Amino acid sequence: MQAELIKRATELMEDGTVNRVLGWQKGQFVYDITPAVFTSVEDLKENFVYNAFCGDNLSKYLRAESEKEGKVLVFLKPCDTYSFNQLLTEYKIHRENVYVIGIECNGKTSGEDLKKKGIEGILDVEENGDELTVRTIYGDEKVSLKDVESYRCATCKSRKHVAYDELIGEDGDILDSHRFDQVEEIEKMSAEERFNFWRGEFSRCIRCNACRNVCPACTCEKCVFDNYDSGLYNKAAENTFEEQCFHIIRAYHVAGRCTDCGECSRVCPEHIPLHLLNRKFIKDYDALYGDFMAGAEVGQMSPVVDFTMDNDAEPSVVQKGGAE
Amino acid sequence: MAVFKIPYADLGKLFAAVSASEKLYLPVDNKLGQANFEEWEEGKEMSKQLNTVRSAKDFFFPQIQPLVKFRREDKKVDIIDIREESEDFVIFGAKACDVRSFDVLDNVFLAEPVDTQYKTRREHATIVSLACNRPAETCFCGTFGIDAAKPAGDVESWIIGDDFYMEPVTDKGQAFIDKVKDVVAEGDQAAVDGQIEKIRTIMGKLPLADLKPVDNREKELEVFNSPKWDELSSHCLGCGACTFVCPTCQCFDIEDFNAGYGNVERFRCWDSCMYNEFTLMAAGTPRKTQKERFRQRFMHKLVYYPIKNDGMYSCVGCGRCLRKCPIQMNIVKVMKTLEEDA
Repeated sequence: MQAELIKRATELMEDGTVNRVLGWQKGQFVYDITPAVFTSVEDLKENFVYNAFCGDNLSKYLRAESEKEGKVLVFLKPCDTYSFNQLLTEYKIHRENVYVIGIECNGKTSGEDLKKKGIEGILDVEENGDELTVRTIYGDEKVSLKDVESYRCATCKSRKHVAYDELIGEDGDILDSHRFDQVEEIEKMSAEERFNFWRGEFSRCIRCNACRNVCPACTCEKCVFDNYDSGLYNKAAENTFEEQCFHIIRAYHVAGRCTDCGECSRVCPEHIPLHLLNRKFIKDYDALYGDFMAGAEVGQMSPVVDFTMDNDAEPSVVQKGGAE
Repeated sequence: MAVFKIPYADLGKLFAAVSASEKLYLPVDNKLGQANFEEWEEGKEMSKQLNTVRSAKDFFFPQIQPLVKFRREDKKVDIIDIREESEDFVIFGAKACDVRSFDVLDNVFLAEPVDTQYKTRREHATIVSLACNRPAETCFCGTFGIDAAKPAGDVESWIIGDDFYMEPVTDKGQAFIDKVKDVVAEGDQAAVDGQIEKIRTIMGKLPLADLKPVDNREKELEVFNSPKWDELSSHCLGCGACTFVCPTCQCFDIEDFNAGYGNVERFRCWDSCMYNEFTLMAAGTPRKTQKERFRQRFMHKLVYYPIKNDGMYSCVGCGRCLRKCPIQMNIVKVMKTLEEDA
C-alpha cells in the first residue's frame, strides 16, 4: 500500500493539486515513525512510509497546516476522519486548504505493543498480510497482527471513512467491537472499588501532558492547567487527588467532542486507560440521548455541547439566570 | 573484592535480610507488565523488564518536593524548616544507565550551592546495580561510555543462569554484603567474567552500537543556528513525556501552595523545557516557539552540559525517550541529523 500512496501523492504534487503532503516519516527502527510534512517528490520517495506502525492521528496537525499557503494532502485512517470532521465542526481547520485521501486500515500495532508481548531487540518487521515476522537480535518471531494489535484498534468503532476527497483501498463498516465492555465492568464496581480503581490508575500519572497535547479535541490556545491566572495552574500535582482533577476535568471538557480515536491511551507512558473516561461519556450519551458519535458528520449538534433557544433546549433554567 | 551468589529464587531472603534494617526499593511489575521502583515487602518480586518506566532519579530528585513552610500571623511570618536527614535505603536492580545518571545529577545538585536535600538522600543510598542480560534496540548507553555489563554503583550484580551474583565495589557495597552474608555464598569470578563477555557481545550487535556523540563544545553557536532544528521540531507536541521519563533531566520550578489560614507550603516540582511556560518571567518567555523549546532540550544535553562538565554528556542512552515519545522523535534522531551537518 505504501507504494500506492507515494504514487498518488506524487501525482497530486506534480499536477499542482497540493504543494505538500502530511504523512509518516521513516524512523531508525521499523516502528518509530514520525508525522512529517513532505515538500518534494524526492523526499516522499526516500522517506515516506506506511505500515502497521503508522498509528499517529494526523488530523490535529491540520489545524496549523491548513493555515499555511497552498493545499496540503493528508492521509487519514478511518478513525482519523472522525477527528477531522469534529475539528471542521469546531472551525479549527480550513477545509478548502486540505485534500484528504482516506486509507484503508486493518488495525495498527506499535513498538510498545510488541514489547508487551516480550519481544525485545527489534531489528525489522516484515508484514505479510496479517502475519508479522519480527527479526530481533535474539532471534525471529512470528506473530499475527491481531495478537499484537493496539487495544484501541481491537475495540475500533469504525473502519468507515466519514470524510475524504478520494479513497485508497476499501471503505469499511461501522463495527460492533465491544468497545464499552471495559466501561461496563467498571460500572459494576461499587463506588469504593471504582474510586480505588481510578486512584490506582491516576497514581501512576507523571503529568507529562502527552494525553492532552496529542488529543485532537484538546485545541485550547492555552489550557487552564498552563494558565497561571486560572487558579488551576499546576505543573505537577501535589497529590494524587489533584491528578484526578486534571484527568477528570479534561474528560469533561472533551465530552461530546471526543471521537474515541484512542490517542490518549496510546501515548500515555504509564499506560493509564484514559479512553475509559471518554467511553463512559459516549456510552451515557448513547443511552440518554440516542446514538451519537462526535465527528460522524460535519456540523452535527452534540447533545451536551450545543444549545439552541428555539429548538431542543429546556430554556427555563437559562431564563431564570442559571440553576438554583 | 570477592564475588557472592544466591539462587535467584531465594532473592526474597536477601531482600528480607536488608529490609530488617533499611528500606529496599526494587523494580516491580504492575498489572500491565510495566515496571517501576517500589518498596520491597514480603511477596514482591523483582521485575524481569529491561528497565522501569520512570527512572531512578526519583530517589534523589522526586517530582514533588516540599522545601519550606511559612505561617503568617498578623504581620509576623514564621519560616518552618521541614528539611530532614534521610534514612539509609537501598536501590536494588538499577541499570548501568540510571547509575550513570546519578553522576550527571551530582554535577548539578552537589555543585555550589549544594542542594542539601539531594545530598542527604545521595549519602544515605546504597546502589545495587544490575547488568543487562537482554538489552533492547533502543539501548545506546555504550555511546556515552557506559558498560551495561559492568554497571557500577556500590554493588554490581548479574543474573547468571539460576543464580544471582554480586560484587561489592565500594565500602557501602561491602557493608551491604555484610548485612546479607548469612544468605549468600562465595561465588565464582569466572562465571561473572563469562557473563560480562556475553553481554558485551550483545551490546556490540545492537543497532545503535555505532552511534558516537559529536563533541560540539567549540561549535555551540553553529549547532544552535543549524537549520535542521526546524524540521526536527516541526511535529513535536510540546508535551513533557521525554523530560519526565529522562533520568538526567533536572529542571524544576518552585511554587507556593496556599494551604489557607496563613499557611503557605513552598515546593519544587519537575519542569519541562518543552512546556510553553518554562522559565516564564514577568517579561514573558525567552523561548516563544516549540522549535526554541525543543532545541533547548537537546542543546542542554549535547552541548551546554558538556561545556560546563568537561565534555560529559547529559544523556545516558537509556532509551526511555525512544520508547515513550508520542510522535517517536528523540535524541538519537537529533544526534544523527545534526551529525549530517558536522
